[in-house]
Order: sequence, then C-alpha cells, then structure tokens
Amino acid sequence: MPEQVGFFTDTSVCIGCKACEVACKEWNQLPGDPPKYLDSFDNTGKLDAENYRHVKFIDLVPESANIITGNGAAWLMMSDICKHCTNASCMEVCPTNAIVKTEYNTVFIQPEVCNGCRDCISACPYGVIGFNEQTGVVSKCTFCYDRLQANMTPACAKACPTQSIQFGTLTDLHKKADARMAALQAQGYSQAQLYGRDDSVYGGLGAFFLLMDKPEVYGLPNAQNAKLPSRNNAKGYLGAFITAAVGVLAGLIAIRQNSDDSQRGD
Amino acid sequence: MAEHFVQPPHWEVWITLYFFLAGIAGGSYTLATMLRLWGSPRDEATARIAFTWAFPLVVVCGALLTIDLGKPLRFWHMMINTTPGSVGLNFKPWSPISLGTWALLIFSLFAFVSFLEVITKRGNDRNVSGAMIVWNIIGSLIALFLASYTGVVLSVSNQPVWSDSYAIGGLFVASALSASAAFLAFMSRFRSDDALPTESRLGLADGYFVTIELIMIVAFFVTLSNAGELWRETAMPWVIGWILILASFIPSLMTLRGRGRTRYSASGGAIAASRAVVGTGTGAIIVIIGVLILRFVVIYSAQFQ
Repeated sequence: MPEQVGFFTDTSVCIGCKACEVACKEWNQLPGDPPKYLDSFDNTGKLDAENYRHVKFIDLVPESANIITGNGAAWLMMSDICKHCTNASCMEVCPTNAIVKTEYNTVFIQPEVCNGCRDCISACPYGVIGFNEQTGVVSKCTFCYDRLQANMTPACAKACPTQSIQFGTLTDLHKKADARMAALQAQGYSQAQLYGRDDSVYGGLGAFFLLMDKPEVYGLPNAQNAKLPSRNNAKGYLGAFITAAVGVLAGLIAIRQNSDDSQRGD
Repeated sequence: MAEHFVQPPHWEVWITLYFFLAGIAGGSYTLATMLRLWGSPRDEATARIAFTWAFPLVVVCGALLTIDLGKPLRFWHMMINTTPGSVGLNFKPWSPISLGTWALLIFSLFAFVSFLEVITKRGNDRNVSGAMIVWNIIGSLIALFLASYTGVVLSVSNQPVWSDSYAIGGLFVASALSASAAFLAFMSRFRSDDALPTESRLGLADGYFVTIELIMIVAFFVTLSNAGELWRETAMPWVIGWILILASFIPSLMTLRGRGRTRYSASGGAIAASRAVVGTGTGAIIVIIGVLILRFVVIYSAQFQ
C-alpha cells in the first residue's frame, strides 16, 4: 500500500500566474473555456468539470483607505482544488459508489460508474465537483491518478514556479507546513493559519492550505461549518416520521368521525 | 450562522415533478389503505381509485428520475455497484437517494399488486382478504417513506436552505397527504354517485393535513432563521411563491371550517354530508398546484439566488 500523498498549498507565495491551471488542463485534456472578465484577474470563475484548478484572487484592499507605499493591503491569491477530504461529503452521499478512495487515499470519481445524479454536487462543501454536459457524468480533480501510478508528480505541482503547490507524502508535507507556519508567525503574520492540516475539517484534508486570513475569506467553510451531509439524516427522518404519524392520526380522526356520521344516515 | 460555498446540482423540472408525483402516489396509497381500514364500506370506490392511480404515478416517477440522470441508461447503477472488484448490490442506508431508490422499487411492487387487485375486481363491494389488508398496510408504510424521503434527500446535503432545515421531510409528507386527499376527493366524484360522504371525509382530512403543513412551514422558517438563511425565502421571487402557497390553503381551510354542516334528519341520522371545497374541481386544483409550487420554491430557492 503506497503512503498517503497530498498537496500543501502555501498561499503566501502564490503569485497568481495560473501555471497550475494550464498544466492541469493540458494533462487532463480539459477543454478551454471562453474567458470570463470578472472583478479581478480571475478568468476562470469557479471549479467545475472543465476546471480542476482555479486560482482565486481575493481583493482585500479597501476602496477608501489611504494607501501609500508600505501600508497597502495585499491581494490574497490561492490555487484552489479538490481537498481530497479524509471524510468526504461527496463520497458519503454518492448512491452508485462511483466515488472511491484510491490506494493513495485520494478521492476519485469513476466516470464509467457515475450515472450523473449530481447528489455529490449538492454535498461538496467546497463547490469542487461539476457536471460535464458532454459526458453526462460529474468530474473533478483526479489528483493526477494516472501520473501517481507512474510515480510522477501531479501536473499542477510540477508546474508551480513558486512552490506554492507542494506535493509529497502527507507526513512530509505536515512537517513542511508546520515549519513554514512557525516562520511566518515569527515574522509577525498572526493571521496565518493552516487549514485542513489537522482533523478539525472533514477529518483532515489530503490537499491542505496555509492561509493568510480566515478560511471564509478564501471561500472555505470554517471548522464550525465544515459538516458532513449525514448530520441531518436522523433529524430529517425523525421529523418526517413524526409528521407522518400525526398525519395518519389526523386522517384516522377525519375518516372515523364522518364515517360514523354517514353510517348513522345509511 | 451557516456559511455555504457549495454549487447547485441543477435539480430542476424533472426532480420537482418527481418529488411532487412521488408525494401524490405515496399519499394516495396511504389514504386508500386508511379508507379501507377505517372508512365506511362505500369508501371502497375511492380507495380503488387511489390504488388504480398509485401504480401509474410511480411508473412516471421512475421515468422522471431516469430522465434527470446525466446517463439515463445507467439508472441501474443506483442498485448495482459496477466498481471493478466491488460488484454487488448498492445499498447505503445513510444516503437518502440510495434508500429512496430501493423504496421506489419496492413500492412499485406493492402498488402493482394493489393495482392488479382493483382492476380485476368488479363492483365496489369491500371484499378484501386479510392478506391484502396486510399488503396494503406494509405498502402504506413504504408509501409514506416515499412521500417524505425526498425532503430528507434535500436536507442531507450542504446546500443552503436544504441543509439548514431538517423540517423538509415532514413538510413534504404533510403536503403530499394534503394533495392526495384533494386529488381523491375530486376524483371520487367521477366514480360513484354516492361519493359525497367520502368526499366530505377526505375534505376534512385535507383540512387537518394542511394544518400540519402550516405548522411544518413555520418549523421550516424557524430552522432557516436560526441558520441565518431565511432571507433566501423572503427574497424575490420566492416570497411570491410562499404567498401563493399560503393562498392555496384557502379551499382546505374553508372545508375545515365548514365541517359541521352535515345535516341531520329528525331521527338523528345524517342525511347529507357537506360538499368539501377541495372536492370541487377548482378547489382541488388550487390545493394540488399549491403543493407543486411548494416543491418548486423549496427546490429552486436553494439553487438560484
């Protein structure tokens, strides 16, 4: 059994070059989309069936601030991807068992098993999975499963010029992340934090991040909101059961009440 | 407060219609069983109408679910795991879609047998075997599950609105019973000249169901408010949908209000049951369309803002 692998994405050194997006598209033969001209340098918009990597540009510069050299607020950049959760919401709900864990402990969608019900899209809290109209099934980052099997580094990590995206065994990546965190905190970056390094978010993430602000600023649910869909199973069924029981009782009262009346009149 | 960064699954018209018709199929089967068990003998005609409709409706449900799939010819992957090395049955009790697929399949069998039973019998006499009664009771339990699990499917997700409330399953089963009662009250008039008492009973039942539905709508709104997501329902155009849903309760509440209008003879026997407002064509259509709008608003408001 191979050791569990992962991505450590250090957003503090991301320069927004999108080399990861291009490399991912090339290797996975994903179609190019017509560019979107969004608020920033973001031409991709979101992760979906055609975009397994998405470089986010988060503009935190206040419009009215008196910005001069040395006191400006930087943009945040982050190369987003499937998190390959230890406890994956998509995998939990998938009724066809098309979503599986590979021998590398990454989350993989089997295109020949998926039937396109899209329940996984409603479950993924990161908005990672997209429906492909051409193939009729859903897809997302495969963690370059084919490259892993050939002992190659995933395309995005290979292409990243600043080592913002690092690939390796999770054990090694955790050590690197801890060291980088310590260095940043020593430099006074008190907001810096690791996301998905520990098990507070979906049991730990195969693709975890060093963030320079709160997770929600990057469009990531914080630990309080990172919940599995099954949390509503018991309460949902209990509510339905009680309502159904009350409904049957109400129906019984209605049918018996008037039934007695009509029988009296028969 | 809840935060959501999820994308919509684009469950749209086919799923809305499926949720709606599954509710009517399940609700009708349940009401038919209740009429058989607890109603007067002349309710049998309406029970038969319900058993006759439940099976075709559930067939349409299966077709709607299949059409909605990206790969319709792989509908059977819901039940059979085709993963290499793991071939076998797919049954995930913690996944409402998986559980619902099996429920739909099993209910189809119950509905089919009940369908055969009523179409092969002549007359409207209540001459039902004990085995068939047991069959109907078990079928009704599955039918109630079918009418409600669709709401749980929505709750067991990470979508805004859906995952913020665990009242949707209850809301769907109450509304399914209401739509079914209105549907049967209306349909009963075409089957028998002697259907007025049955119509009255179903009208009264519908009034109770709508009252329960109203309570579940309040529960739905309270849970959304607690999650900070109520604004999604009060925003345009969804608020119009909710106003229409509340307006659709009027025929049911009018029926409930007029339930004491049964006229009695001097000897104390009832000589006429009151006409249920939901039993009229207009009343029934208003109630049923209201339930369809409810499904539409709950499904679409979470996906489109």
